[in-house]
Amino acid sequence: MRGVRREEEQRRSIFTRRALALGLGQLALFGALGTRLYRLQSEEGERYRTLAEENRLSARLIPPPRGRILDRNGQVVAGNKLNWRVLLVAEQTQDVGATLETFSRILPLAEHERARIEREVRRRRRFVPVTVREFLAWEEMARIEVNAPDLPGILIDVGTTRLYPEGEHLAHMVGYVAPPAERDMDGDPLLELPGIRVGRAGLERFHDQVLRGRAGAVQLEVNAVGRVIREVERREGVPGQDVQVSVDAELQKAIRGRIEEGTSVVVLDAKNGEVLAMASQPSFDPNLFNAGVSAAQWRQWTASRSTPLINKATNGLYAPGSTFKMVVALAALEAKVLTPGERVSCPGYYDLGDTRFHCWSRYGHGGVDMRAGLKYSCDCYFYEAAKRTGIDRIAAMANRFGLGVDLDIELPGTRKGLVPTRAWRQAQGKPWNLGDTVVHGIGQGFYQLTPLSLATMAARLATGRAVQPHLTRSIGGRPARGGKPEDWPSLGIPDRDLRLVREGMWAVVNEEGGTARVARLPGQYGVLAGKTGSVQVRRVSREQRERGYKAENQPREWRPHALFVAYAPYDNPLYAVSVVVEHGMSGAGAAAPLARDVMLEVFNRFRAAPAQRVAEGRP
Amino acid sequence: MSGTFERRLLTRDRGTGLLQKLWLIPWSFVLLLCAVAAVGYVALYSAGGGPEAYAAKHAIRFGFGLVLMLGIAMVDIRIIARFAWVGYLGGIALLVLVLLHGNVGKGAQRWIDIGPLQLQPSELMKIMLVLALAAWFQRASGERIGNPLFLIPPALMVLVPVGLILKQPNLGTGLITAMIGGAVFFAAGVRLWKFALILAAVGVAAPIAYEHLHDYQRARITTFLDPESDPLGAGYNIIQSKIALGSGGLWGKGFLQGTQGHLNFLPEKQTDFIFTMIAEEFGLVGALTTLGLLALVVLFCFAVALRCRHQFGRLLAVGLGTNFFCYVFVNVAMVTGSIPVGGVPLPLISHGGSAMLTTMLGFGLLLSVFVHRDAEFGPARD
Repeated sequence: MRGVRREEEQRRSIFTRRALALGLGQLALFGALGTRLYRLQSEEGERYRTLAEENRLSARLIPPPRGRILDRNGQVVAGNKLNWRVLLVAEQTQDVGATLETFSRILPLAEHERARIEREVRRRRRFVPVTVREFLAWEEMARIEVNAPDLPGILIDVGTTRLYPEGEHLAHMVGYVAPPAERDMDGDPLLELPGIRVGRAGLERFHDQVLRGRAGAVQLEVNAVGRVIREVERREGVPGQDVQVSVDAELQKAIRGRIEEGTSVVVLDAKNGEVLAMASQPSFDPNLFNAGVSAAQWRQWTASRSTPLINKATNGLYAPGSTFKMVVALAALEAKVLTPGERVSCPGYYDLGDTRFHCWSRYGHGGVDMRAGLKYSCDCYFYEAAKRTGIDRIAAMANRFGLGVDLDIELPGTRKGLVPTRAWRQAQGKPWNLGDTVVHGIGQGFYQLTPLSLATMAARLATGRAVQPHLTRSIGGRPARGGKPEDWPSLGIPDRDLRLVREGMWAVVNEEGGTARVARLPGQYGVLAGKTGSVQVRRVSREQRERGYKAENQPREWRPHALFVAYAPYDNPLYAVSVVVEHGMSGAGAAAPLARDVMLEVFNRFRAAPAQRVAEGRP
Repeated sequence: MSGTFERRLLTRDRGTGLLQKLWLIPWSFVLLLCAVAAVGYVALYSAGGGPEAYAAKHAIRFGFGLVLMLGIAMVDIRIIARFAWVGYLGGIALLVLVLLHGNVGKGAQRWIDIGPLQLQPSELMKIMLVLALAAWFQRASGERIGNPLFLIPPALMVLVPVGLILKQPNLGTGLITAMIGGAVFFAAGVRLWKFALILAAVGVAAPIAYEHLHDYQRARITTFLDPESDPLGAGYNIIQSKIALGSGGLWGKGFLQGTQGHLNFLPEKQTDFIFTMIAEEFGLVGALTTLGLLALVVLFCFAVALRCRHQFGRLLAVGLGTNFFCYVFVNVAMVTGSIPVGGVPLPLISHGGSAMLTTMLGFGLLLSVFVHRDAEFGPARD
């Protein structure tokens, strides 16, 4: 019995020791947990608090409305319209397939549309709306509203999309918008929003930053799967600013109504360089870019020989032909190689060494002074003038008139054109011959000029100031620079010289024997001064000439281009115009009458509006 | 004097005097359990955003658990000891059954549906194992403990259920079961060098066992070593739990104000990560208070063991205390990112009926030990 008791005592003492060891061990582990908690919650608490906030809050951007583009009279040429969309929220329907099935009985869905929707539903979280259809008509939307009870998960949402009310009429200037591409990403978080558009061409592109505005932001509390619980903070964005441009939409439409394919017309305010109209035929509908242009449409546009996407007024390159002769005359006067009264004899041709250059009139003009040279557009006179002046002085004068230089107009991609110099030719490794100078005296040869630069030349001839063509009148209500004539410096050409070439241009239109009498304005409108130009697109060989070459017998694409530059009124120039009719045969025949009609439109249009201008223009 | 009275009461008049037995129940401990369950109620109230989802059920289960516990506390400890092997074999049978017919959830835990209850046999098994081991070592004198042959049957008693649980597969519970068995062996007086031998064997076997682990188990081990390596996958739970804990700070974000929990960044916040919920809303103070209450429960188990006059009761109390400790430690260590995620709930606080009932069953046994701490067993045999 004692043994049993001792045995029991021993067992108990072993147990007590071991139980204490176990208990203390466990207590120590509790202590370790406490230490761990202290480290996490107290020492590193700040760091984890930040992480928890990052978890909780999600910032979302609110797209600002894009600024509008208005014409000079405040008419909207690029605006926003509501875009009714049908969205599908997967978690609000039990069966996505069934909902789409019902939906397609109301509005048919193509097979590929359904596939896309189902793919997006699978890819996104179930509460994120997926676009089913965009750009719904009012009546389509009504049909869906009525059937809403049978369409669980379908909801109608309204966003905005770009609207160009004048469609193709101003497409080349206004441009268009499209979803941003990778290269458009400039760090503006706005561009990552679904449905956002950026300016892709024209003014939309040039003024994209001001039109775009700044995104607002809303701080949302979200849960672990990203569903919004509540709005914590809201910061309104800055809406895009309206841009008012100098174009007159009605004038533009009227002009476009008169011109045919391959024709471009530029109308400038001669005093300050504002573009009043700029037409290039054919054009395209910029509204099509909103929803994305189909591949077929794109192919049709880009493959077409008539290049509807290209603005010929700023990107079409033409030799100026005889419209260049004023520049040559002024260069000769400045170089003092010719006096205004000096006569050059024109037998119908001009011999330089072995080479014979022809005047457009095969019978010749006899003895021709500068005024007559312009009036009759005598080639021989300008062959001689160019020969005496030299190509580099002619080029320098051309640059001063805005030819072959960057005009800084707000239309991205505008071509500078080319005015050749001796150095330019030598850079190509070719010599510059005197014969080249002679040819360039009549605006033929290497010249590549845009209708816009020709209109600029006309405006500078008319005012003697270095006006630059521009479109922006005001941004967000603040007037842009360049609206006043005084904003533009003088060209520094003596009035006497300018008066002489202007008189020549006056004679072209208003004097018996001038090349463009057809361009005369009816008396009550004032007096128009201008200059014709016809440029060969193919060289006429001697053989052809001897067989009696007639341009009108040639295939269309071989016929010469017709050009006309003009300004009016003669004594107080307000408007400058350039017209280029591709393959229009002759400036006098095709371009001059069109220029006259355009000028009539301008006068009709502005007789009432800026009335004082028209009043000033009367002789 | 009262001591002799109690002894007389217990040894001679067992089966009678239920009222007197109730008088012997340590009501302060029952109050402690109520306090822990109340913490659970508050946390589950927050996790469910109201009482309906989890908290109300929790209170009802705890009520049932209390009745069960008090009922078991009334049963004479010697009867419990006699039928310990029945419970053990029953537990083994359930483990086999669950392997054959059980439901698998979350990759590992296996349960059997018994009416409204989902029973996880592995949890019941841990208690039955402690019972059986205590009954075995109750008969052992110091000399027999030294005899390796005498240790083989209890070692098998541990290895069979551990093997079955690992096969489920449930790595965490398997390891905990082995550790509880080891604790009873240790308390019973098994020589330390034998433990060293076992540990060495495990050290050799572990790399081989790793080869046979499931991918998700290996993932848990690798993400434990570097949770940030896979922030959206396996490491997500631990990272979010640490953010919740850390952002709670000293005083917490306030009741129902925990953003991590209420915005669902916290995974399984009503079960495995309930402690995180408490720590986020009530801060370090709340977390340490909860941990302190749970430590008191463990301490009480050891106090019962030390005051008990028979080996069966002592070993049972230590085993039960260690079982409870393992739950708490593994769970809290898991949510603080100290050990791999194991899917172990926090007893008395986490949502879950089966765990609550087995825990209260264990405490019933513990209270029975306490009430019958002076019961006479037959002498240990050589």
